[in-house]
Amino acid sequence: MSAVAPQASPTPIAARAPQRVDAWWVRPVLTVIVLAAFVVYATWAGMQNAYYWADPYLSPFYSPCLAANCAHSDVALFGDWWKWSPAILILWAPGGFRLTCYYYRKAYYRAFVWAPPACAVPDARAKYYGESRFPLILQNVHRYFFYLSIPILVFLWWDAFRAFRFADGFGMGVGTLVLLANAALLSLYTLSCHSCRHVCGGGVDRFSKHPTRYRLWKRLTVLNERHSQIAWVSLFGVALTDLYVRLVAMGTIHDLRLF
Amino acid sequence: MARVAKLRIWRGDASGGQLHDYDVPWEEGMVLLDVLHVLQATQAGDLAVRWNCKAGKCGSCSAEVNGKPRLMCMTRMSSLDTTQPITVAPMKTFPVMRDLVTDVSFNFEMAKRVPAFKPPPRPPDGKYRMMQEDIDRVQEFHKCIECFLCQDVCHVIRDHPENKKVFAGPRFFVRYAALEMHPLDTNDRRELLKEQMGLGMCNITKCCTEVCPEGIKITDNAIIPLKERVVDEFFDPVRWVWSKVTGGGSKEG
Repeated sequence: MSAVAPQASPTPIAARAPQRVDAWWVRPVLTVIVLAAFVVYATWAGMQNAYYWADPYLSPFYSPCLAANCAHSDVALFGDWWKWSPAILILWAPGGFRLTCYYYRKAYYRAFVWAPPACAVPDARAKYYGESRFPLILQNVHRYFFYLSIPILVFLWWDAFRAFRFADGFGMGVGTLVLLANAALLSLYTLSCHSCRHVCGGGVDRFSKHPTRYRLWKRLTVLNERHSQIAWVSLFGVALTDLYVRLVAMGTIHDLRLF
Repeated sequence: MARVAKLRIWRGDASGGQLHDYDVPWEEGMVLLDVLHVLQATQAGDLAVRWNCKAGKCGSCSAEVNGKPRLMCMTRMSSLDTTQPITVAPMKTFPVMRDLVTDVSFNFEMAKRVPAFKPPPRPPDGKYRMMQEDIDRVQEFHKCIECFLCQDVCHVIRDHPENKKVFAGPRFFVRYAALEMHPLDTNDRRELLKEQMGLGMCNITKCCTEVCPEGIKITDNAIIPLKERVVDEFFDPVRWVWSKVTGGGSKEG
């Protein structure tokens, strides 16, 4: 094996570690586009206060509908004095659950805060304290949003089963399948949550003394390994479910009855 | 058939350095470390590079290849775009000693600060007992080869070296997790993790997991569970009240 003569002129660099030359910026850019689009759509849909009920389908952005001014309400905890969109009463909980989610934190710290934008790409900030100080120390409330998400899931499943009850009796439409899929995806997202995994068994040191929690932890770990994929799919799912109900309610499309 | 790779290697010492270009022949089956050995043998006998096992188990040949932290012995030449120059630089997070060799003693200082394993008093028959399911989880953490790529890529100390005083880093969070989750350990390191080891500084961007050559899920299986355990103790009022009522403490058995 013969060596080729070394080059005589060294290449000076300012920094010791050269930067990545691959397209590391693609993922943060896509994340910004998708998350920003979702936030804009969800805010618009939640504030619109219309076209969220297309009998028997209720948009997940308005479920449970807690105000008396709802187009369809199961639990009218807020009376006629509530004049605004009923989505405001509920969207903060699933929104907070996603905002403090360990996976989404990774996604938006990279994409929006550039801390760091990608691995081995310099952090955009001169000083860094992470989640050790206010306000980001509040991320530690994630498990409370997890607890709050459980009753919301119950309502979403109730909405999905109610979607079989049409004015003319029992039936199934495409919307029924959409609501079922949405409830299933959001259930998977909630159950694959890191806080759920910890509360159900992760905090235990001796699994042999807690066999039920161990089995639960093992099953949740399988889901947890796919948390990031489930997070994206369920995000698209909930937005598309609202869009479907909205378009049916507006009369733009007609719900196809399967039986 | 030998092909020629254009290597762009950072050479220098603590006082400074620069990239040098070398054309080095390589053959199918070679890893980057092989090519550096060819370079050492034929053109740059004074090139400093740390290596040992050439099998991805000693954790010695950590470097930054095209800007990404990697083990050179586990980087196949066929996985790199050899039509472009291949940049090899020392780990950025640690002080350079010479060429590709860095001073990783920061890690050994952090290792000294980990409170040791503390088992309970021996039972009457003198034998400690653990079941397999008790230790399956921590065995993942024992795969760590201490290559320190996770420490290198962690932006908390990579881009903010001032944090080295207050941040243990992913490698040691793995060590803390192995101890905290150990069925026979009785030490409680949660306050230490929160107050002195900088667990809260980790913003879980998972770069440590991405670069781990052993495939340890550092963030999901070590750091986040540790964060949750810290939440148990310091950020969960319901759990705190419950532990006061039951007198059981916030640490589960």
